[in-house]
Amino acid sequence: MSASIAMAESSRSGGHALLDGAQTAWDMLSEEQMQKPITTGCEELDTILGGGIQCKAVTEIGGIPGIGKTQLGIQLAVNVQIPVQYGGLGGKAVYIDTEGSFMVERAHQIIEGCIADLFENFEHRKQSLVCPDILQPNSFLANIFYFRICSYTEQIAAVNYLEKFLEEHQDVNIIVVDSITFHFRRDFDDLAMRTRVLGGMSSKLMRFAKKHNLAVVLLNQVTTKFVDGSFQLTLALGDSWSHACTNRIILYWNGNERHAYIDKSPSLRSASAPFQVTSKGIRNVTSNCKRVRMM
Amino acid sequence: MSNKLISQMGLPSSLANVFSARNILTAKDALSLPEFDLMALLDVDRDQVRTAVARISEIACPPCRTALSLMEDRALTGGYLPTRLLGLDRALRGGIPFGALTELVGPSGIGKTQFCLKLALLAALPSSYGGLNGRVIYMDTESKFHSTRLIEIGRSSFPHIFNSEGMAQEMAGRIIVLRPASLDELTERYVQMLFVLLNLAIVNFMYGLHRENERSTTGQKQHSCHLPLSFLKSLAEFSQIPIVVTNQVRSQNNYEVVHYPFQGNTDRTSCMLEKLESHLIASLGIQWAHAVTIRLIFEAHSGQYTPQILV
Repeated sequence: MSASIAMAESSRSGGHALLDGAQTAWDMLSEEQMQKPITTGCEELDTILGGGIQCKAVTEIGGIPGIGKTQLGIQLAVNVQIPVQYGGLGGKAVYIDTEGSFMVERAHQIIEGCIADLFENFEHRKQSLVCPDILQPNSFLANIFYFRICSYTEQIAAVNYLEKFLEEHQDVNIIVVDSITFHFRRDFDDLAMRTRVLGGMSSKLMRFAKKHNLAVVLLNQVTTKFVDGSFQLTLALGDSWSHACTNRIILYWNGNERHAYIDKSPSLRSASAPFQVTSKGIRNVTSNCKRVRMM
Repeated sequence: MSNKLISQMGLPSSLANVFSARNILTAKDALSLPEFDLMALLDVDRDQVRTAVARISEIACPPCRTALSLMEDRALTGGYLPTRLLGLDRALRGGIPFGALTELVGPSGIGKTQFCLKLALLAALPSSYGGLNGRVIYMDTESKFHSTRLIEIGRSSFPHIFNSEGMAQEMAGRIIVLRPASLDELTERYVQMLFVLLNLAIVNFMYGLHRENERSTTGQKQHSCHLPLSFLKSLAEFSQIPIVVTNQVRSQNNYEVVHYPFQGNTDRTSCMLEKLESHLIASLGIQWAHAVTIRLIFEAHSGQYTPQILV
């Protein structure tokens, strides 16, 4: 269908009828401008991301344990569901959990926080903008499709199966994989095979992102690398993997604050923004947020 | 799931035969190979391979569940072990969660073992007193378990239970203490735990056993820690029980401060500042830390021992 639209548009603008399925940069621009990003809950973070996590792209988010990757993953799976009338996408989420870190009580807490903030921000409206049944924690929970993956075979199978799943569930707007790394770090002797399998997985996910207009968020772990005589932190899975994603965000501690840094992006500038993990979820930084730093 | 047999997946028989003829018997075998390799190996065209792989993936993939159904399951099983420390239970939204790995970290002497003893008691208590009425396995790798102390805690916290006839014996009888002397024995015990009906498992101070392996290469050390860790995690999830592990903390040396490349070279002053903060590292490093779901950090604050939570 997209091919015939492109043909119709290009014949109207007088050219490119030869390139089946191609789009002009101008058409892409209008599409990009219309596409709503998924808010992270923290305004500063949204700003450096150009509004939020972009659809039709694969975003990798990495960081040390405890920094908030799963928190951000759950927050995005919730925020994608914010109804259109409240400025969101009104979509559903697929959450692929490879580590067992998804705690449903925490998701419930984050959903409550999200709904409370929606009401607070839209207080001036006397009535609810949508049917009250939609803004209930249970309906948000029902829109998160959860897969618990226990081995790399299951991870491959799940990504393959998503092809059919996404056809049947056209309203999914985000896929979160938490984490992409877990089953590929230990006991994987054949590194060539690992690179191949991961490459295949990332290209499939990229295809889903483009075809179904959704955001793919891959959470990654960190490892230490010996570079120039000292150890440095880097995201796991090696150099060949680092080419697989569109955008790359690193979450790190800056003194006592959590920060997010855009490490790699074709369209966003390298920038850093502070954020906070609160009982309501990911939010802006306020004046005091205590933390205990652990490695 | 990965070991599901292709022969039982309902593929058209001609295709199923070709798979088995080439010794591709399980889902794992088939999905580890790229498309072209499968085409060459099985001598079938791309469309056939694609439909076969799609079918195998659909069956090997774990079933999809909504978060709502997860919540409903939680409500049924209870979901957590209350610690009886009000602030902690409130922060944990109930208590130590079932089906996940909870880690207790802190410097020595702060009270981790005491906390473990209390948890063991809480799990053994009858449900009328808020316990799990169940069996506890206490894996004591550093010989820190003292039953006199356990009974003492029991007597002072739950006098009405412990002072009645035979109850102390009953409660203490529900706690099984294991003292594995080596890493191999520890791993063996983990496997045995699968076959015992359990309500709580506590692994006290794992670091002791791994210290003897420290002189080996770092790669090996990571592997040796990772196997029991992932096993514990699977055990917790599979049996839907809480598993608590304690960990040692070591203070960080200056040269170990590791940063990302974009953070640049920190100058001396900022290094010093960081050192002054409680720059504690849990032993066993990053891979271990990634697999734990909840970490409770025990810190001393102006003479009082207070647990803080890092989820």
